[in-house]
Amino acid sequence: MAHEGISTAEVTVRVNGQSRSADIDTRTSLLDLLRDRFRLTGTKWGCNQGGCGACTVLVDDQRTLSCLMLAVQADGREVTTIEGLGDAAALHRLQEAFIAHDGFQCGYCTAGQICSGVALAGEAAAGVPSVVTQDLRAETVELSVEEIRERMSGNLCRCGAHNGIVAAVSEVYGS
Amino acid sequence: MREFTYTKAADAAEAVRLAAAGARYLGGGTNLVDLMREEIERPTALVDVSGLAQGITEHPDGSVEIGAATRNTAVAAHPRIRRDYPVLARAIVSGASGQIRNAATVGGNLLQRTRCPYFYDVAARCNKREPGSGCDARQGFHRTHAVLATSAHCIATHPSDMCVALVALDAQVHILGPAGARVVAVADLYRDPGETPHLETVLGPAELITAVRLPRAVDGAVSTYRKVRDRTSYAFALVSVAAVLRVVDATVADVRIALGGVASRPWRARVAERELLGAPAEPDTFKRAAEAEFRSARPLPDNAFKVSLAPRVVADVLKGLSG
Amino acid sequence: MSMMQRATEALNRTLPDRDVDPLTTARRVVGQPVSRVDGPAKVTGGAAFTADVDLPGMAFASLVPSRIARGRIRRIDVTRAAAAPGVIGVVTHDNAPRMDTPVLMTLTAKGCAFIDVAPLQDDVVRWNGQAVAVVVAESQECADAAAHLVHVEYDADAARTSFGDLQSEAVFPADVLGEPPEITRGDVDGALAGAAFVVDEVYSTPQHHHMAIELHATVARWTPEGKLHVWDSTQALVRTRHSLAHAMGLPEEDVTVTCRAVGGGFGNKTVWDHQLLCVAAARVTGRPVRLALRRKDAFRMTGGRAPSRQRVALGADAAGRLRALVHDSVTGIVHENSPEQVSVPARHLYAADTYRIGQKKVVLDVVPNASMRAPGDSIGSFALESAIDELASRVGLDPIELRRRNEPAVDPTDGTRFSKRHLIEAYRRGAERFGWQERNRVPGGQRDGRWLVGHGTASAFYPYIRMPGGKVRIRITADGRAIVSAAANDMGMGTETVQVQQAAERLGLPIDRVGFEFGDTTLPESPIAAGSAQTASLVITVAAAAEELKKVLLKRVPRRSALYGLKPNDVVYRDGGLRHAGDPSRAATFEELVGEAEYVEAVGSSPMLPLEFMKYSMHGYGAHFCEVRVDAVTGETRVSRWVACIDAGRIINPKTAASQIRGAVIMGVGSALMEEGLVDRRTGRTVNASAAEYHVPVHADVCDIDVIFLDLPDPLTPMGVHGVGEIGIVGVAAAVANAVYNATGVRVRDLPITLDKIFTGSGAS
Repeated sequence: MAHEGISTAEVTVRVNGQSRSADIDTRTSLLDLLRDRFRLTGTKWGCNQGGCGACTVLVDDQRTLSCLMLAVQADGREVTTIEGLGDAAALHRLQEAFIAHDGFQCGYCTAGQICSGVALAGEAAAGVPSVVTQDLRAETVELSVEEIRERMSGNLCRCGAHNGIVAAVSEVYGS
Repeated sequence: MREFTYTKAADAAEAVRLAAAGARYLGGGTNLVDLMREEIERPTALVDVSGLAQGITEHPDGSVEIGAATRNTAVAAHPRIRRDYPVLARAIVSGASGQIRNAATVGGNLLQRTRCPYFYDVAARCNKREPGSGCDARQGFHRTHAVLATSAHCIATHPSDMCVALVALDAQVHILGPAGARVVAVADLYRDPGETPHLETVLGPAELITAVRLPRAVDGAVSTYRKVRDRTSYAFALVSVAAVLRVVDATVADVRIALGGVASRPWRARVAERELLGAPAEPDTFKRAAEAEFRSARPLPDNAFKVSLAPRVVADVLKGLSG
Repeated sequence: MSMMQRATEALNRTLPDRDVDPLTTARRVVGQPVSRVDGPAKVTGGAAFTADVDLPGMAFASLVPSRIARGRIRRIDVTRAAAAPGVIGVVTHDNAPRMDTPVLMTLTAKGCAFIDVAPLQDDVVRWNGQAVAVVVAESQECADAAAHLVHVEYDADAARTSFGDLQSEAVFPADVLGEPPEITRGDVDGALAGAAFVVDEVYSTPQHHHMAIELHATVARWTPEGKLHVWDSTQALVRTRHSLAHAMGLPEEDVTVTCRAVGGGFGNKTVWDHQLLCVAAARVTGRPVRLALRRKDAFRMTGGRAPSRQRVALGADAAGRLRALVHDSVTGIVHENSPEQVSVPARHLYAADTYRIGQKKVVLDVVPNASMRAPGDSIGSFALESAIDELASRVGLDPIELRRRNEPAVDPTDGTRFSKRHLIEAYRRGAERFGWQERNRVPGGQRDGRWLVGHGTASAFYPYIRMPGGKVRIRITADGRAIVSAAANDMGMGTETVQVQQAAERLGLPIDRVGFEFGDTTLPESPIAAGSAQTASLVITVAAAAEELKKVLLKRVPRRSALYGLKPNDVVYRDGGLRHAGDPSRAATFEELVGEAEYVEAVGSSPMLPLEFMKYSMHGYGAHFCEVRVDAVTGETRVSRWVACIDAGRIINPKTAASQIRGAVIMGVGSALMEEGLVDRRTGRTVNASAAEYHVPVHADVCDIDVIFLDLPDPLTPMGVHGVGEIGIVGVAAAVANAVYNATGVRVRDLPITLDKIFTGSGAS
């Protein structure tokens, strides 16, 4: 929220397909804009320093840490959060796979894991390599279990749902 | 985080003008925003340069120019980079996480600051953060710290992976400042800590990195990047090695080696390179040369392992490239 | 042991056992791998975590941490902070409301605090990172910025900050969770001296941190009438209310605590300073206040696992039978309520002719340690199970065979009978699945390309615990559904799912006709979710409530009903109603029994004292098997295969239970390979207080973990169940260390097993 004497800016972001504007303190992160102003609390605050991945959202279809992005930098961009992927009545197929494979326990890192997982397909199709990619010249990357584990490593899970998360991502996007 | 004004620069010239008036450059924010939250960095004005030069240009002379605002992922994914500069692609994807690489810019990566925990904790003494306050790392936890070109004032490492590859590739940094444009080798961008560890680069006030230029790839050379860390992924390097090698008739015809995690800058292993050039491309040679690089090392009790680990990794990487 | 304890124990030995729960073998719903009922909410961002709470007029708090480990605040100047934009107020020891010490977490008291003094009540600094001021502002950005403007000057005193340096000052605590701090039998030192094979080594484990991904958060609101509503990320709703009510001098009924979802607890989501600071800030400012800890604050303002130094000395005869077992250990703690009970596994795992098993404490000026997933057992087993492996090597026996030869017939130290113990069976099944026969038998002898490959095994172990004192309400609605209510907690264990399952089984309903309502202290009081005890505690309480409900329902039976005149013992729950136990034709549905009423309900209470575990040795067991790959050049270690075979009684939901075991194994692998809280000996400050610098396993560190449950019921527990939350971590670090030894020939006895410890010792090439 903006207050007297504070540097502010007006931002307009397209969130889950809907254009939304707010007058914000320039210090506001995209994460806080989503959570505290737009009340999209599915995106979580895990460390506020880029160390855990819980706040992962899609910005122009690229997975991004919303805690490290100033909201002013998101002006004019397209943001997709967990709420935009599916709802309880119409789950995204990765959301369904997370339930089927028990890809979460407490559910706190889950939004970030799912947003990250959804982005993998595009990255692999674009040939973005990872540290375990053998053939750097391949036009596309096959998402093996090893590739998925490496690429999901920026999303910490402390309950230890890793097996289920990787199985879910593998079922939907794996090779 | 202190308050700041925010301006999105329309072009590099405007950015430099605003910086000359006191603004700090903001790229992807993956390091600066975190440091501002800790109030280690306290700019009162930010000029956003993340929308400026993005893109990779292939020049007729075989060199490749990467706009400073190009995201790390875009560089690693570029077909030309993957084909001709595998060491760079592999270094980039060894760093941070997919999300961070999507946001981090090349210019910002060059200027990212150390992860020394005492630098990060404003309650600790740190000459880099607060000149003259002392260095708590020297007598504290320093297992991850530098062993080469350290000083009594600072033993921090440069955390980047990408920059290690750029140093091995003899890349150049294009800079625009109030006095005009200039070019500096990436290897010469950084200063050793000496008595002024807070002065990390040779950039002058308001100077902006606009591009990085990779010289034409060495014909017939192979290259790779190897990062050794405390967990399998998403961790800073204990030791990393970027190497470019060309072997002709079982002899080292060309070699460039740069190291991460061992110095306050991406470290070009010139001593090892000198020993290797023209020498037989075999494991013993690699090992001796790599060890020679570390003769000047000044380790502390907890990071002494790097002095034996790093040469072993260098030798192993060269063995892999030559085999 | 006290006279009273001895008397109680003697009495209990003569008491009859409780009847075996008839549902111990039921399999209609219990035992099915049901997907989590809260799944859709959790995968869509719909689950309500504390920091998601948004109240009208809510203000935001930020804490100012101390920079010294011990001393006094000489001067605290809040002028600049108070004048900063958006700031509503600053609370320090000068203006904080008076607060009493919150009730501590103990076995008997009803609180769950770990810090034994209320914050901001004086100018004393007790550890580095303790909050010395709270800034409240209109936004989090304003609060955080102003917190940096609070100026504090200290007079520092000498502090006890280094566990390693203070070993010579170790002394016995009064007790270890009610047990004597040291137990002995026979001339253990003599037996050790005369043994054919001896292992005598010192092992150490560092401070660990829970690092739940959800940061601690509290929202506090005072009503105009002076009542308090707290939304808090807690794994102990009722104890949190008790601790806070006591601290604030309020009757418990004036305090409500709400928590529908917790983003990971592991023993750390209990009462610390921040709840009191939030409540105090709300009182001082007259506003609802949200206080979410920053990641670094979570490291420095809440406790982790205490560091330990453990000597294990084993003496065996020529056949590998233990003649002497010594476990002399020391932990670094603040107060004795949380002793880090490292000596527990050695008290119950092996038969030995003579023993000395005990633990001392070193008192430190740090934030008090908390319980962290299998407190004590987890790291105690690292030392014990590493030493057993070392002994097996020395004797030249398969480590499983060594364990078989030392398997006790009764509890080795208290002589009680086992309620059930299938440890050797767990080893047999696990070994078969893992392929233990094909393991590498020569340390350093198996190579796969760049990797040295090794195999290791170790025992899992965890006490069976049931918490007394809970209540459950069952409400049958007019449409024949059941709503089971308790102020229980779900930090991801699957509480809601498992409770729906067990209640559905008990009440003869399909799971989609049962709801479980939890997470608020206005519901019937329920115990803390700790000690892997919540499920058993709730199962027995639901059983009690179901019996009460029978009485209520039978009173409503009309004369024309086939059930008219029957007593509770005559009927069973079946097919959505009650039925005569012997005559299936005499039945009535819940709809019929509820009739015109909106609902019918009954409340049941758990049997007060869990007497069964005073009479029997009741523990869960298991066998871990792992394969590691160690880079021959660098010493980087990767866990590449894992089998855990677990003997934890009857499994209600094999899907969620397996996830619990996997999570525990992964946390154990973290402790084995990377987790280490670095406390600077000069300042007592945790240095790597961030998610980036305190390493926990990432996806790339985690292999497929194969979990086998023996699924053999414990006849003495409700439905035959044991807890499954903690047992899975016990033995994990030892299994990894044993495998690293097998791969490299290097024995690492100081956690974590980082690469520098492997290759400095090995000369690997």
